[in-house]
Amino acid sequence: MVFADLPSPARQTELLNLVRQDCGSCHGLRLEGGLGLPLTPQALKEKSPEALKQTILYGRGGTPMPPWNPFLTDSEAGWIVETLLKGLP
Amino acid sequence: MHKLTAIPFFLLLIFLQGCASTPLRGTGDLGVVIERAAGSIQVVETTGRTRLGKIDGLGDLSHASVNYSRDERYAYVFGRDGGLTKIDLLEMRIVKRVMQSGNSIGGAISQDGKLVAVANYTPGGVKVFDAVTLELVADIPALDDNGKPSKVIGLVDAPGNRFVFSLFEAGEIWLADLRLPTKPALTKFKNVGKEPYDAMITADGRYYLAGLFGEDGLALLDLWDLKAGVKRVLNGYGKGEQKLPVYKMPHLEGWAATGNELLVPAVGRHEVLVVDQGSWKEVGRISVHGQPVFVVARPDNRQVWVNYAFPHNEVVQVIDVPSRTIVKTLQPGKGVLHMEFTPRGEQIWISVRDEDRVEIYDTETFEKVGELPVDKPSGIFFTPRAHRTGL
Repeated sequence: MVFADLPSPARQTELLNLVRQDCGSCHGLRLEGGLGLPLTPQALKEKSPEALKQTILYGRGGTPMPPWNPFLTDSEAGWIVETLLKGLP
Repeated sequence: MHKLTAIPFFLLLIFLQGCASTPLRGTGDLGVVIERAAGSIQVVETTGRTRLGKIDGLGDLSHASVNYSRDERYAYVFGRDGGLTKIDLLEMRIVKRVMQSGNSIGGAISQDGKLVAVANYTPGGVKVFDAVTLELVADIPALDDNGKPSKVIGLVDAPGNRFVFSLFEAGEIWLADLRLPTKPALTKFKNVGKEPYDAMITADGRYYLAGLFGEDGLALLDLWDLKAGVKRVLNGYGKGEQKLPVYKMPHLEGWAATGNELLVPAVGRHEVLVVDQGSWKEVGRISVHGQPVFVVARPDNRQVWVNYAFPHNEVVQVIDVPSRTIVKTLQPGKGVLHMEFTPRGEQIWISVRDEDRVEIYDTETFEKVGELPVDKPSGIFFTPRAHRTGL
């Protein structure tokens, strides 16, 4: 994936905190799963990055996964997907 | 001459050291604050509002909870990674730690204090341990009729040395009688509703209530009348209304039971519901700042304190129970995760994750009376929980 606008370093720090703390409240602080599925690179490697981005932005109907588009731009969600697929720093 | 004076001085030193290492103290004003990111805990005391020490090496504490032994000396810490750790609050050390599953959500201690049960996500089920040795006593896999495993949530203790818990995927509530600890006798209640996500038991140990994520309403089990089975209550709530997204699941532990009424977090709405405990009907709604996470009553039931899910988690509100109005809105800072009252409720401790501190407020004046630095604090658990059913 190529991104036109990478989040600024300060925003990247905020996004990483959001992923760890707020995604972590369902997916586990280490993203190894909880009420939500694991989000480790191993768990996500078969999934389509575009579908993952859509899930982050719009949630998944019929599950507790909520839409995050009020708080994230399209490219920020894409950056989160790329970061999850590589593994969080 | 020098030798003669040296000996008594040496003895005096031993005497002083002996005093320093064994100060007698009770544990009724102690507690534990979880440092969720560091995998450590702070041992605190609420009389002087100080930190007594820090204990490391407890694994992934991103969703940690704590139960206490009935002598209020030992804390059992349940970690997200399936770790169960027994802490000695007086010696400030880990007594024993077992990795009992891959992924767990919480635990409970039996009425007689002899058994510690843990609710697991992966593999789903409940494991029961000897509270002294942490040796496995019983293993209860959470399989439905087709052999499909479920995540276990809402595990609580109940009178009669029983545990009650819910199966998320299967939509069942199970009652496990452990009067014979190695032979749990199970009573299963099926089709209780879609996706029970958390549950609580009233302080008298009579009513077990599970929140349903997949549909409206609550599943209610009256432990004094098991033949009546699980009933659905608050069924019509929110029918036809668009729900708001939920960015953090509400916790039902500590649901405020204020005598005749139960105050519960609405799911997908910025409201606290008032439920009559006699009819189990909704008798009021209180508009609040966000999606409630914890709705907890002060020990005297006069006030109920509420915190919220992302993106409203910088605020705590206080509801006056008789008038059902919000009498105070506090802004401790981003990431308010948990609140715990001192044993008789004159103060409340609030964890503020993103500010790396715990704030302490007077519950009558709402003045901040203290704060302690704690690394990414989440749950706060004080020892009087040892003597409360369901905590």
